[in-house]
Amino acid sequence: MRRVPDTAARVRIGSDGKSIDTSDAEFVINPYEEYALEQAVQLKEKHGGEVTVVTLGPEKTTQVIMKALALGADKAVHLKSDKIPEDPGPLARVLANELKGLEFDVLLFGKKGVDDDNQQVGQMVAESLGIPCVTQIVKLDVSDGKAVAQREVEGGSITVETTFPAAFTAEKDLTIPRYASLRELVAARKKPIVVKDVQLPKSSIEIVSVQNPPPRPPGKIVGKGVEAVPTLVKLLHEEAKVI
Amino acid sequence: MTGEVLVLAESSGPAFRKAALEAVTEGRRLADLLNVSECALAIGSGLRDRASELGKYGADKVILADDPSLALFHPDYYRQIALEAIKRVNPSVVLAAATSAGKDLAPRLAIHLGTAVASECTQLELENGKLIATRPAYAGKVLLRVRVNSSPSIATLRPNVFTAKEVVPGKKPEVEQIEFGRPDSRMVVKEFVAQGAKKLDLTEASVIVSGGRGMGGPQNYRILEELAEVMGGVVGASRASVDAGWRPHSDQVGQTGRTVSPTLYIAAGISGAIQHRVGMINSKVIVAINKDPEAPIFGFADYGIVGDVFEVVPALTREMKAFYGKT
Repeated sequence: MRRVPDTAARVRIGSDGKSIDTSDAEFVINPYEEYALEQAVQLKEKHGGEVTVVTLGPEKTTQVIMKALALGADKAVHLKSDKIPEDPGPLARVLANELKGLEFDVLLFGKKGVDDDNQQVGQMVAESLGIPCVTQIVKLDVSDGKAVAQREVEGGSITVETTFPAAFTAEKDLTIPRYASLRELVAARKKPIVVKDVQLPKSSIEIVSVQNPPPRPPGKIVGKGVEAVPTLVKLLHEEAKVI
Repeated sequence: MTGEVLVLAESSGPAFRKAALEAVTEGRRLADLLNVSECALAIGSGLRDRASELGKYGADKVILADDPSLALFHPDYYRQIALEAIKRVNPSVVLAAATSAGKDLAPRLAIHLGTAVASECTQLELENGKLIATRPAYAGKVLLRVRVNSSPSIATLRPNVFTAKEVVPGKKPEVEQIEFGRPDSRMVVKEFVAQGAKKLDLTEASVIVSGGRGMGGPQNYRILEELAEVMGGVVGASRASVDAGWRPHSDQVGQTGRTVSPTLYIAAGISGAIQHRVGMINSKVIVAINKDPEAPIFGFADYGIVGDVFEVVPALTREMKAFYGKT
């Protein structure tokens, strides 16, 4: 699970031109990991077991860890690091190293972080651990020691079966996250959080610069209602040349 | 010495995806800049007769792994073949389309090779033989230019951004086969289930007709489907209409849905909230139809019509029918 700026947040370029200033953003659990966490809690409710949240991030990550504990996780591991590299590889290696020491059947990730949009960490951790990983899943059924997952692909879905332990990365449709009650928020404070300082290996990806996307030139209102339609078609054909 | 450019050319059934041809064309451009040859890797089933098509898009050589068990993307099978091809070719740059398969596979290769991936790139450059990739982050709110310092540099290319072009018409590449011995895997890839009659994914479509909350309910999307059909496009949706359960998530355009860049994007009854905007802002031309003249979408649409979608959209469908009937 990772802590990311809320999707409604404005994103500003840092003063060095090579970083992103998120200092005034509100931080939340990465939405795709909320779907993953909800899936984990549902599996626990149905099949028993325990849900552990593992996250890497700065001191302030505690706030989203508390939220995850309120949403049904039983305990948390906080790998503390102020710097999160642009390259998901080092991050995946640190996570894999930590997970080697834990016993689990199901390892869930969000398919990507809504911050860096890399969509790499889940597969990388699974490959490092040498376990199966089904990415972009919209459905997960668990029974008789195996999982049947549906992954969303272009134009449809593909069904993949696997035995445990296995990793999965969540697509938006996987679950509908619940809300935490006040009682659960209070109870979360008593749940255990293990905090460890970690050193990240060197990143192979280096940010050269951060830019704002080129602005779109202002468009025009063609007109009002049905009368404007013939003009629109003419403009699309003659001016924009897209039809 | 600089190694070759290797491009994973993804197929869908016995044909290459458009996004794969885009990647092969871009791979050719990079290979020319590096003064090396380009090799394409075709993995699939029933591709034997098609493999040499990649020559026209610039591939000097095609490595082919053709087996019925490769018809659908299987992470373990595809990874084994790609690693074998990389061992043979020793590339300095590896490209793949940023499709569901490409985005799944590239990071796996990177972990095994001790290198890194630049995801969903929209532009590639070379600087002193190193790959510099431009890639959107925060759903396109910013563009990052990143240098990949490890080798081979891997990049996935956002579909519909690069151009697929027959740059070397009539070229016949050398085709080399990889004998595929199925490795042990705990994953069993069962079946592909198509979603409805939709043939084209949003990310690959050149025309998208999207509906938002202003569509009022799921039954009203019929008018958008009619317009899309006339124009050879597909229907998309805003987050509001997906969250309301009117359309499946696979139709969602925006930050927690698909990022699209069609030639023409028609937004009907969509206000244009930031989370939608970032998913479609790179469309070549944006048309907005909305009854609210103050809707933010008019601030970045190229052409806008202020009006009732239930009147304007059917009128547009009729007009388009007449237009396509003429040409």
